[in-house]
Amino acid sequence: MKLSGAQILIECLKREGVELLIGYPGGQVLPIFDKLYDCDIRFILPRHEQAAAHAADGYARATGKVGVCLATSGPGATNLTTGIANAYMDSIPMVAITGQVKSHLIGNDAFQEADVTGITRPITKHNYLVKDVRELARIIREAFYIASTGRPGPVLIDIPSDIQLQETEFIWPESVELRSYKPTYFGHPGQIKKAVKLISGAKKPLLYIGGGVISSGAAPEIKILAEKIQAPVTWTLMGIGGFPATHKLGLGMLGMHGTAYANHAIMSADVIIAIGARFDDRVTGRIDAFAPGAKVIHIDIDPASISKNVKVDIPIVGDVKNIVGEMLEQMKKTPNTAEWLKDIEALKKKYPLKYGKDGDKIKPQYVVEQIYQATKGEAIITTEVGQNQMWAAQWYQYNHPRSFISSGGLGTMGFGFPAAMGAKLGCSDKVVFDIAGDGSIQMNIQELATCVCNKINVKVAILNNGYLGMVRQWQELFYKKRYSHTCITGPDFVKLAESYGAVGIRATKREEVRPAIEKALSTDNTVFIDFRVEPEENVFPMVPAGEAINRMIEGLA
Amino acid sequence: MTRHTLSVLVENKFGVLSRIASLFSARGYNISSLAVSETMDPAISCMTIVVEVSEEKILEQIKKQLNKLIDVITVTDFTKKEHVNRELLLVKINYSAKEKARIEALLDKYLGKIIQHKEDTAIVEVIGEQQQIKQLLEALSQFGIKELVRTGKIAMA
Repeated sequence: MKLSGAQILIECLKREGVELLIGYPGGQVLPIFDKLYDCDIRFILPRHEQAAAHAADGYARATGKVGVCLATSGPGATNLTTGIANAYMDSIPMVAITGQVKSHLIGNDAFQEADVTGITRPITKHNYLVKDVRELARIIREAFYIASTGRPGPVLIDIPSDIQLQETEFIWPESVELRSYKPTYFGHPGQIKKAVKLISGAKKPLLYIGGGVISSGAAPEIKILAEKIQAPVTWTLMGIGGFPATHKLGLGMLGMHGTAYANHAIMSADVIIAIGARFDDRVTGRIDAFAPGAKVIHIDIDPASISKNVKVDIPIVGDVKNIVGEMLEQMKKTPNTAEWLKDIEALKKKYPLKYGKDGDKIKPQYVVEQIYQATKGEAIITTEVGQNQMWAAQWYQYNHPRSFISSGGLGTMGFGFPAAMGAKLGCSDKVVFDIAGDGSIQMNIQELATCVCNKINVKVAILNNGYLGMVRQWQELFYKKRYSHTCITGPDFVKLAESYGAVGIRATKREEVRPAIEKALSTDNTVFIDFRVEPEENVFPMVPAGEAINRMIEGLA
Repeated sequence: MTRHTLSVLVENKFGVLSRIASLFSARGYNISSLAVSETMDPAISCMTIVVEVSEEKILEQIKKQLNKLIDVITVTDFTKKEHVNRELLLVKINYSAKEKARIEALLDKYLGKIIQHKEDTAIVEVIGEQQQIKQLLEALSQFGIKELVRTGKIAMA
């Protein structure tokens, strides 16, 4: 059967099980869009290519499937790049497809030409420029395979428009053969044995889990392990949901804005079991002062993550679900941690997360708590970046994997709203709430149109403080309150939402918070809630940059 | 700083060199030399990369990051392996009848030879280990070096 490049692309997407495409048309993808006209894969047209990439990313995080986005050459492709880099930093499976100028024009500075494979090389797991239509099916198959296996990540396929039109015999490659790419899934038995022995003899073991637990689907194994060895569990921003936050062994997030008790606990642990986490600088603080007394077991699918930042005593490369499962099988003797858990309880009592609750002003933390209660902890929460993100991480209790979606590594403002859109498209039965700031929401606010037009009913809680709050907080604490260009104005968010056909609600007093949330939840439409919060509220605790993580600035009671 | 020789087998596809080069620049690693050519199998190229690192940990990261690239097939570190290595040098020097005997004696010692001679200059070819080439260059500098080009090291275990 002879098919054109565009037809091959669509046929391959179907065979890969793609059920959602988010993309934006343009001159160099016209042949693809012509074929999409008759195609039954659901197609969503965003209002900006950056949002297409973030939505594909949000969809992937919420469902565990590969997110797919599509854009034209030149500016279409460059607009995708922030979203691709974002997915790369957080190891999110994504396939980005871009149109390219005709093969014979490549390198000629043609209209809307950009060297997209060159630009995206350091922000993709792999990328392809298709030079021959006969290679297209194999390349698409490889792209999905690479994106979704090993340490997941984005893969880009750049397809010149003449290749989209050329015809060839369509041959679906049944399997992928890449001699140079063979991820390790099973841990080395000797290393697992050593780890089990070390844990069995530990007095103060602690589990430190990251995004790898989510992508590997290892949350059930982590819970069994923690309960079996009676060890407290702390998590990174990416690891949120990998262990139930309301569990008595849960310590919350650690690091720069982690709980004080998680930070104190990891500093006094004698064995740290790091699982699918990478000892990021936001987690370790001053590296030479990090967990000085601990032996470190590090389980990760990416060998390059091991001993990159922290010296590891027992490295185990492989899929964390397999390895933790194997450890459970072998764990005959469990450590006695009764004393350690008493210490942990004492730390939790001494350093609770807190914020001032006086007056009828709206505290942003209170808004997040109320969203938690109103949604009974069952919503998918996405965040923007900054204070809103940290409060969303601290004050909502996440008990399920894939219920917290946030830009961790790259820290991309404008991520949360399109990501919420993608999450809702993937999980239509879930309530999806974007916890936003008034700065971040303005970075992809045009997606209101996409939400309304496609009835993607997401709820957006804008913690409106009139500042770029996290930067303002740093200026307050470390730059003598010189608020250089962090005071920001926005539109009337209620009227703006209404002008797009969405619903806008405003809350200015504490008692209006819960009713506003309830109203949003009962509204069958996209809703913006403009919460006028305390303008100079800070995120605490906070570890100043370059400090050891147990040297925190505490908040006011 | 210590020097290490890595032999990297890669898929012989366009863009692979640039993937490797951009990995080094993005992560701030130093390449001191790079030699690339096809192997017996035309689908595979061999890159001999000499890197300079300040600590062992960075060398480990370089090897791991190279291995992560989809187009990289194997990475062999020759640092702790018995191996031979060679580099080719072409150097243009001042060559006068007066100095002829001294230059030729020097070239004999280093197994170099003159491959082109024009008026008062000569182009010398030498193949050797980097240390020998360095010594020869120091010795030749007394006659005046006008131009030089080196291939970078290649190695085999």
